[in-house]
Amino acid sequence: MNYSFDFAPVFAAWPMLLEGVIGTLRMSSLSMVFGLSLGIVFMLMRMSKSNALRAMAIGYIELIRNTPILVQVFFVFFGMPAIGIRLSGEQAAILAMTLNCAAYAAEIVRGGVQSIRPGQIEAGRALGLHTADIYRFVVFRPAIRAVYPALCSQFILMMLNSSLVSSVSAEELTYFAQTLDSQTFRSFEIYLTLGVIYLVLSQFFSAALGVIGRVYFSYPTK
Amino acid sequence: MIRQFGWGEFLFLLEGARWTVVLTLLAFTFGGALGLGVALGRTSKWRLLRILMATYIQIFQGTPLLVQLFFVYFGLPLLGLKVDVWVALTIGLSLHTSAFLGEIWRGSIQAVPGGQSEAARALGIGYVHRMVDVVLPQAFRIGLPATISFLVNLIKGTALAALLGLTELTRSGQLMANITFQPLQVYGAVALVYFFICLPLTFSSARIERRLNADR
Repeated sequence: MNYSFDFAPVFAAWPMLLEGVIGTLRMSSLSMVFGLSLGIVFMLMRMSKSNALRAMAIGYIELIRNTPILVQVFFVFFGMPAIGIRLSGEQAAILAMTLNCAAYAAEIVRGGVQSIRPGQIEAGRALGLHTADIYRFVVFRPAIRAVYPALCSQFILMMLNSSLVSSVSAEELTYFAQTLDSQTFRSFEIYLTLGVIYLVLSQFFSAALGVIGRVYFSYPTK
Repeated sequence: MIRQFGWGEFLFLLEGARWTVVLTLLAFTFGGALGLGVALGRTSKWRLLRILMATYIQIFQGTPLLVQLFFVYFGLPLLGLKVDVWVALTIGLSLHTSAFLGEIWRGSIQAVPGGQSEAARALGIGYVHRMVDVVLPQAFRIGLPATISFLVNLIKGTALAALLGLTELTRSGQLMANITFQPLQVYGAVALVYFFICLPLTFSSARIERRLNADR
């Protein structure tokens, strides 16, 4: 092995990598928020009494969960213009990741909602809470709390998956790394650094989501 | 003249799907063998080995698969190996698989009641036979649904091979979309092929999980 490592050009390009980190954080956070919201909608459809709504939700969830996210990204970015929806790389990336995240979030949150005993809802009604308040405080908050760890792993997985959207030139971390690669040809050093940055990012996300969870769900259970 | 996306073009996609399946099987075989080692290391009595394997798993779970593949692809030439996209992808996906299966199987091994292992030890059965004949068969049952779910993830993960230029299902789709100018139909068809490969696995995983839960 006679290869001389040279990390200098990689570190010299730190403003570019920082911009990439910000792009990754921006796209994945937006997709997480939108994905969870849309996921709750699909979850409600999945649990509704109407057969048609349930079938639609199951179809959507299984379709998304059994196809690669890369194909979903390509479908949104390359396919949608054919029906008149032209999106920029970043818009397509956020849309595809949102649609992807929604399917997984729907299934995870459904697990949480099913863990809420009907007695809780009856108790809420007996206390005279509004339907909206019952949904918010008696159903969703405890439900999401129950499945919060699973939801967090899904979010982190999506942050890692956001590296794929570099292929439709959405300007996130991997995209800038590839640009840097084509400028400096220091492939090995760049992808090693990239791996370390993602490792740090996933630890950061896991810590940040942990803090959010502790703040939002800190109320007595018993 | 522009080609239309028809039956012949669909067969081209299926041709690509063959390589998706081959790549998945290669990665699952090598990754599974290595993953068993990772799981055993992760549950061994030596602290150092446990920490080492935990770090290995953490690295693969904390970085994107795409970056792992790029890393192997550009790292192999440094070790003096000729870069072949098949070799790089098989190694990259196998390492990825070994970390994830290692973690799944660690959980299954630990889920086997401790009394089983203790009873085997009391009977004077050594480590190898204790694992092969007592613990692992039970762990296999517990870990089967999660293993199949991971297999689905692996099939979806092989789509990234397209970004390194291997003509599997997704790359065939890219090529076809460029020829026919009908990306909506082409990527829709690609998604459907993946869907029909993965769906039976997803269903069987759910069914096995239900049956295991019913046993309890």
